[in-house]
Amino acid sequence: MKGFPAAARDALRDTQLRRNLGVATSTIRDRRARAVAEVPDWEELRDAGAALKRRVLRNLDGYLLEFEAAVERAGGHVHWARDAAEAGRVVTEIVRGTGAREVVKVKSLTTDEIELNDALGRAGIDVVETDLAELIVQLAGEEPSHILVPAIHKNRVEIRDLFRSNFRLPELSDDPQELAAAARAHLRAKFLSARVAISGANFAIAETGTVSVVESEGNGRFCTTLPETLITVVGIEKLIPAPEDLEVFLQLLPRSSTGERMNPYTTLWTGITPGDGPQDFHVVLLDNGRTNVLADQVGRETLSCIRCSACLNVCPVYTRTGGHAYGSVYPGPIGAILTPQLRGVAEAPTLPYASSLCGACYEVCPVKIDIPRILVHLRARVVEEGAGATSERAAMRALAWTFGGERRYRRAQQLGRAGSRPFTRGGLIHRMPGLGAWTETRDLPPVPKQTFREWWDERRA
Amino acid sequence: MAVSHYLPVRVALFVTCLTDTLLPETGIATVRLLERLGHQVTFPREQTCCGQMHLNTGYQGEARELARRFVRVFGDEEVIVAPSASCVGTVREYYPRLAEGDPALARQVDEVAPRVVELSELLAVRLGVEDVGASFPHRVTYHPTCHSLRSLHLGDTPYRLLRAVRGLDLVELPEERECCGFGGTFAVKNADTSEAMLADKVRTILDTRAEVCSAVDNSCLLHIGGALSRLRAGVRTVHLAEILASA
Amino acid sequence: MSAARDEILGRVRRALSDVPPSDDVDVPRDYRVAQGGSLDRFVDRLRDYGAGVRLVDAAGVAQAVAEACAARGVERIAVPRGFPDDWRPPGIEVVVDDGLSPAELEAIGAAATAAALGIAETGTIVLDTGEGQGRRVLSLVPDVHVCVLHAAEVVDGVPAAIRRLADGFRTTRRPVTFISGPSATADIEFQRVEGVHGPRQFDVVVVND
Repeated sequence: MKGFPAAARDALRDTQLRRNLGVATSTIRDRRARAVAEVPDWEELRDAGAALKRRVLRNLDGYLLEFEAAVERAGGHVHWARDAAEAGRVVTEIVRGTGAREVVKVKSLTTDEIELNDALGRAGIDVVETDLAELIVQLAGEEPSHILVPAIHKNRVEIRDLFRSNFRLPELSDDPQELAAAARAHLRAKFLSARVAISGANFAIAETGTVSVVESEGNGRFCTTLPETLITVVGIEKLIPAPEDLEVFLQLLPRSSTGERMNPYTTLWTGITPGDGPQDFHVVLLDNGRTNVLADQVGRETLSCIRCSACLNVCPVYTRTGGHAYGSVYPGPIGAILTPQLRGVAEAPTLPYASSLCGACYEVCPVKIDIPRILVHLRARVVEEGAGATSERAAMRALAWTFGGERRYRRAQQLGRAGSRPFTRGGLIHRMPGLGAWTETRDLPPVPKQTFREWWDERRA
Repeated sequence: MAVSHYLPVRVALFVTCLTDTLLPETGIATVRLLERLGHQVTFPREQTCCGQMHLNTGYQGEARELARRFVRVFGDEEVIVAPSASCVGTVREYYPRLAEGDPALARQVDEVAPRVVELSELLAVRLGVEDVGASFPHRVTYHPTCHSLRSLHLGDTPYRLLRAVRGLDLVELPEERECCGFGGTFAVKNADTSEAMLADKVRTILDTRAEVCSAVDNSCLLHIGGALSRLRAGVRTVHLAEILASA
Repeated sequence: MSAARDEILGRVRRALSDVPPSDDVDVPRDYRVAQGGSLDRFVDRLRDYGAGVRLVDAAGVAQAVAEACAARGVERIAVPRGFPDDWRPPGIEVVVDDGLSPAELEAIGAAATAAALGIAETGTIVLDTGEGQGRRVLSLVPDVHVCVLHAAEVVDGVPAAIRRLADGFRTTRRPVTFISGPSATADIEFQRVEGVHGPRQFDVVVVND
């Protein structure tokens, strides 16, 4: 994984990406703000949502067992997958058992995380992405760049060209309405003939075994209703305790993600229902590093995330660099804390630093994840696990030593003054090697003739 | 802890390593301002740094030692003021976390941290003063720093102080809540992104046609001011303390 | 599989070894249970997102359904077994869903159903495959959906709706669908396009009885 600073440098130069991203994120940001301002008990809802998630996480084994029993009582099958590879095997086996060579899929970050499409592809099973953006990204052979609008980096002409060649529609225009209609027609044929569907889940109710998909386009409804076999991959952190708790999350999620009072379609189903929908239902409960996150007492609340993407849309870093720079299906502030914890900080040592710690994310998180605090905590883990640069460690130690005694500190100030003098022109430092990128774009005042404490000492004398 | 503004107060100045070393005029202004208001300012000489940079870069052990030093140096003081929201935020928000697992340090932090206030908090909230007798006839825009907004929740406190300054033409900064991009070592480790954020902050400042950009954190002002200076934009940065100290 | 199950549960328990056995997080429920939405608000929300809305008394339902069909150019409409006879639109060919295939539903092109609930604050129609509502596929595949619900079935907000539905998840375990507007996407250059999948024409008949 390319480090964040280098990946960000490339992304920042892409003016089309920056413009698209800027427009999209500021629009959603404003919508979210309006939708939240309308709700007089928003803080109370956040408090309840945060507490409910913490409750589940602190008793996760109990809730998982409850959920498994409830799903099985309702006629579903529950499988457990320790990692991505195992999840891929489990899903592949289920699909193979049906004889189907093609499956339809509802967008699911969890399935992206485990690279399920690749696993199925290796087994000769084609996956048809049915979310418009996922379809676009799939046809282009790329990775999604935003949790909610994954194809934000593609313009209409690029999309038109993809559809022209893949759907055999040489006359297709680039009008978004026409493009959407072309996708509708193409996918309808798939929906009506699909025998197997794969989905993720936004929420899974432990007490009843109910699973839900919250969506806008309707492909979720099609995938979870028409095929005979439905496989739902659920990260173990997706549980909520009881059906009543939906009253909190179905308010927090739509307003936080798309800035709507309610998203167009939410489907909730429990096991199988004779005569209605899939008669063969499988849940795959996924770990893939979540138990590592759970084990970190400070980082644990990261698993409260309900994937709304509100943090992305207010993050000054994400809104300029986009998602690819994070090197993970989870970008932005949540990605910066989730990815290093899932994979291990040594695998993603630059992500906890991909933040100025401004705190805007924490303000908007519907389940009150203290992202800045966890970032600082993960930075300490990076250093402790030796994944930081050794030269930095030496410098920080030296600086701490300098700050550890008044005389040494004063001496360092005097050395700094002497050291900056040669570079000072007209009262400012315009270029000074050793200061890194600072003086490439900014001037800097030199250490002045009198530091504050020298002024104070003189005054007292 | 309510402090009456009728009585002179003894205030210990925590000047911060950055202000001490690079922008002492802010510390000097803080002293002159508080003395003008009739208070006594002391400067515990042993102070160095609060440890924010070490903390934020992942060196919690080193930060803890600096926290230990801080509570020792300021332990006897009733009111400790700093012209820096980020340093005050570090002490009040992070020192308790750093002290977890060290009961003696935790006790000291519990006693000392609540006594540490940022300058505008001290003036408007603790002392109940909005008009400090300042005069600063310039067009000024104010950048609310991330720590002042989201760590200390200063709200409109600095604005109330600025509005009471004679001759000051205060113009609102568009998209003011956006981070300037400094973020301490972020400006070094992620220089490109930091500069991209700075570019937008500079743009909004220039759009106000202000002559001066002010804030309560010299870290942000160094970053913003450095860019404005490089651009020869004709706009300078001045810490809130210096505006309030002008007469 | 059970090896995976045991291992994951073991990892979870070890990860939570710092949590005391009788731990329970207190959940503050200080949010509003009553949100004060009214039938008027419900109608406004529906109209805002382009649904046709007709308010009638019990005797006027069939005619209202017929009007919705005429407005949408519908000549045949599928209904669930259990759709009330006196709601059937005159002059329109009514086909009872006794196991229609998706292709047949597509060809018919329209469906009329009852609903379980309406939510005023969000303009949501809730279907739970109960009496007169039919299977999910019936209200999904056809391009026109006419939905009839009683004014008394409209609650003010999401908490009220969930409280009415919660026990159903435990007992009857029927699938539940929330519909709040036409399907939409903003995935193409962030321009909103409505009517992706799901019925593109949506009409609601509210019965005041």
